[in-house]
Amino acid sequence: MAWQWFNRLGSPKWFYEKTSAWMPWLLTLSLLIIVGCSLWALGFAPMDAKQGNSYRIMYLHVPASIVAMAAYYVMAVAGAIGLIWKMKLSSMVMKVAAPIGATLTVLALFTGAVWGKPTWGAWWVWDARITSVLILLFLYLGVIALQEAFVDQEMADKASAILSLVGTVNIPIIYKSVDWWFTLHQPASIKMTSSTIAPEMLYPLLAMIVGFYMFFCWALLAATRSEILQREFKTKWVQKILMADVASKQATGQEA
Amino acid sequence: MNPDNRKVDSVQQTDTKNEPLESSVKPANGAFASTLRRDLLIVARHRGELANPLVFFLVVITMVPLGVSPSPAVLSGLAPGMIWMVALLATLLSLDGLFRQDFDDGTLEQLLLSPQAAYFSVMAKLLVHWLSTGLPLTLMAPLLGVMLSLPDTGYLPLIVSLLLGSGTLSLVGGIGAALTVSLRKGGLLLSLIIMPLYMPVLIFGASSVKAAVEGFSYNSQIAVLGAMFALALILAPMAIAGALRMSVNN
Repeated sequence: MAWQWFNRLGSPKWFYEKTSAWMPWLLTLSLLIIVGCSLWALGFAPMDAKQGNSYRIMYLHVPASIVAMAAYYVMAVAGAIGLIWKMKLSSMVMKVAAPIGATLTVLALFTGAVWGKPTWGAWWVWDARITSVLILLFLYLGVIALQEAFVDQEMADKASAILSLVGTVNIPIIYKSVDWWFTLHQPASIKMTSSTIAPEMLYPLLAMIVGFYMFFCWALLAATRSEILQREFKTKWVQKILMADVASKQATGQEA
Repeated sequence: MNPDNRKVDSVQQTDTKNEPLESSVKPANGAFASTLRRDLLIVARHRGELANPLVFFLVVITMVPLGVSPSPAVLSGLAPGMIWMVALLATLLSLDGLFRQDFDDGTLEQLLLSPQAAYFSVMAKLLVHWLSTGLPLTLMAPLLGVMLSLPDTGYLPLIVSLLLGSGTLSLVGGIGAALTVSLRKGGLLLSLIIMPLYMPVLIFGASSVKAAVEGFSYNSQIAVLGAMFALALILAPMAIAGALRMSVNN
């Protein structure tokens, strides 16, 4: 009984129907939090003593980086579940998590570069964290490329699941080695968070992180749902949904 | 192979599994030894191919003074990283052929269908790959060190780090080769998925030589390279066997 929900996840149909009700709520709530927190962070959070207003991009940069990392683990865990229990749904989650994670990584790198220009005086610095996020992007791109290379979907799923698991073993090693490489070459000259962050600045940041996580959940679910419709295209229940959709569109078309 | 044949094979497979236990002690050893013997024989019969990664190594290193500067002061600064990078790229280029021929002629399928653990035959294949690329590259590296005027203290760590590091490169690269073996144009994709995984090896390999040149101790870097090699030795053959099963079942 306790594991019923887990077994049910094996059915894309059950998942699709269950999540239908969540989607608008998740989107509205996450957008409310993100927009509200942006106003809070941009308009009301105090100005930084050293960096002035430029620090405010932190409210995009930090959540994007955190969720970009988390997305890799979501992808790898979903891949492992798909590989072990041969769960179709889980392979779909893995497939759609890769581009979302890659986008977040690009956002983190971009906002980092924009923040770096006024504070460090350069768009790009070979700092340990930046480099490891860049390598994370390469790992994502590898999984996406591998996924695209196979014609057969089942093979693509298996191959990219194996690759993302290998990547998971490697992520801590990459992070540690890049850290080590950096400290070897130059003593930590760039320490941004040596002073503890003021609570008036911290609260909007934490809320923003929650908002980004919710938005990520929404994006992941939305992409999974469209993947379900594509892969289960030939099943009766998908045909039914599509027919209903077409019918409602025709009805509104006639009204207009 | 058509499905009917596969069925026959799997029946044979279960038959051999039901044999008494005494014969099941031998196989692990047998799979390793016979794959090793066979692959070494293949390498010996295609001796010309042995030279390819070495020539690549030499040619690219020759480009460094041409492209950057022939001054010994500049070259000796670049040498540790450059030699390591090119050795890594040479390994990468040789990887595409690791399972390709066996996949095309069906040997790989037979290997995986056999009752012996794929782990050991995969290990034998990787050992042969290392013997035919990693080891020659390591042995040639000091010569290229001379060409790039690497300071005297750098040679020992260069050889030791390449010896350990190239093993890891072969093992990790094998995962990429196994994942892409069923794709017609797997070469570029293989480099794309494996290069991020190579970065830690590059960091520690190059920095061990650099540390020695600058007069520091390089034991810790060598120890980390050894740890990476041990980890790869345990985990990589499993991932490779899984990936090969996936590729063969296509």
